[in-house]
Amino acid sequence: MTVVLDRTAPAARSTGPRPFWTTRRRDQLTGYLFITPALLGAAAFVFLPLVLVVWYSLHEWNVLADTFNFVGADNYRKLAEDRNFPSVLRATAFFSIGLVVLNLALALLLAVLLNQKLRGTTFFRVLFFSPVVVSLLAWTIVWGFLLQDNGGINGLLDAAGIDGPNWLRSGGTAMASVVVVQVFKNVGLNMVLFLAALQGVPPELYEAARTDGAGPWTIFRRITLPLISPTILLTSIITVVGSLQVFAQISVLTQGGPGTSTTVLVYYLYQQAFQFHAFGYGATLSVVLFLIVLALTVLQWQMRKRWVFHER
Amino acid sequence: MSVKVKVFLYGILLVLCVPFVFPTWWMITSSFKPNAEIFSPSLWPSSWSFEPWRQVFTMQPFAQQYFNSAYIAVVVTLGTLVVAAMAGYAFARIRFRGQNVLFLVVLTGLLIPSEVTIVPLFRIFNSLGLVDTHWPLILVPMLGPSSVLATFIMRQFFITLPGELEEAARMDGLGRPAIFRRIALPLARPALGAVAIFTFLHSWNLYLEPVVYLSTRTKYTLPQALTQFTDAYQGQLWNVQLSAASMTAIPVLIVFVLAQRQFIEGLAHTGLKG
Repeated sequence: MTVVLDRTAPAARSTGPRPFWTTRRRDQLTGYLFITPALLGAAAFVFLPLVLVVWYSLHEWNVLADTFNFVGADNYRKLAEDRNFPSVLRATAFFSIGLVVLNLALALLLAVLLNQKLRGTTFFRVLFFSPVVVSLLAWTIVWGFLLQDNGGINGLLDAAGIDGPNWLRSGGTAMASVVVVQVFKNVGLNMVLFLAALQGVPPELYEAARTDGAGPWTIFRRITLPLISPTILLTSIITVVGSLQVFAQISVLTQGGPGTSTTVLVYYLYQQAFQFHAFGYGATLSVVLFLIVLALTVLQWQMRKRWVFHER
Repeated sequence: MSVKVKVFLYGILLVLCVPFVFPTWWMITSSFKPNAEIFSPSLWPSSWSFEPWRQVFTMQPFAQQYFNSAYIAVVVTLGTLVVAAMAGYAFARIRFRGQNVLFLVVLTGLLIPSEVTIVPLFRIFNSLGLVDTHWPLILVPMLGPSSVLATFIMRQFFITLPGELEEAARMDGLGRPAIFRRIALPLARPALGAVAIFTFLHSWNLYLEPVVYLSTRTKYTLPQALTQFTDAYQGQLWNVQLSAASMTAIPVLIVFVLAQRQFIEGLAHTGLKG
């Protein structure tokens, strides 16, 4: 409630009985009306399905056979015994960790390069950012094309006298290929965030360090890195949570193979629910996905307190 | 900076450009190669063939699919802007009971990716008879998790507006809705632009949802349609597929080049998924 509103109240009273629709009441009502669509939307398309997914995970539900039976913890027991599940978790962890490490390292490198006093950095910034706006499927398809056994990349390697592997079809390289394709797709976003953070470091600090005789590497480690640590944390949260949602890239490039080596959690969830019609088990896997996202978020909030230097 | 260092830095930048620019280049040039020549390592088609670009439209109802993607993305973007601007404004500038609790509730929505809820949502839409329609692709992005993010971004923006503007408008006798429409919204143009760009791209790229919900070719959206260009033996028709991919990517790329500053700042600060 603002002071101005309070002052108008006695004036209103002096002219007769106080009207019910005071400015403040009307304001409150407007507030509720304004948030209603967003609240109803979140209730219907976020919270209701979240409750339902837990409920469904306790059921055996086959759409084709039209059966929906309460089975208690059976799906969770199935999960514990599922031979594929450890491999799915491993693939998910491999993808997420690989993506975050490569993405952040490359983003930081590009940001440092673009932060130099050079002509044409805007031009390079546009080039590095451009894959972000290229349709995800178009980007994935053209990389799939390049990574074919007789595709462009192996053609290039051939010219250099190297016999390249069948990138997407051999166990050792399939996952790494998917990670790299995704890194180049979205590293531009983190690059821009890092660039903004780098430009926020006060130049006096660099000056002072240089007068103290610190070399470039020491300056980077002791001044730059600590000062941009909030951005490192932010980008790592966005990147990890985003990495857990990867689906299209797997579906187009490897279909989860060879074997189950690139079957990440969301892809496995999709297979179980929408290809094998095991919706109850699919719901169970969704619960696992939710718990992982939740745990990671909490963990990163904890890390924020400990690692991040000097945050207001 | 010495010339040597400069040359060195430009060298690194140019080399690093390759994996970012080359795929798009390769996509467009290869789409003009005949399928027999598709794996030839030439950077430029030896003879330009427009046949694949035509085939895109004969193999699939591609114009229809293009229209589906475009109209869904436009509807989702406009809807999200309205919902998120109103809610973001109310959370930032209007005092009402339960405000903070309600905002926290909305915020927790950020923790729940749409992949988590796709199974129950499928059942809900199935029981409403809306599977194999565009409704799930419109309603879920417009009102679900990505709309929650948009609401958050709008709130963060409206909270920075100086209060004096609204006080002055109130003195002039403007009510809340008028203040919102005539004062706050025009000032929020940069934030609205950022939300619009990120929402449009989110909808344009949506893949899991169409694959789950749609089964009729004429209802497909572009991402799903792009994977359908195969011959009778399920072999990929690369040149046709790359033509369709080029058609999907080029318009957005052109808009990006024209408005690169808005795109880069907008997307970076809305934190699209990594």
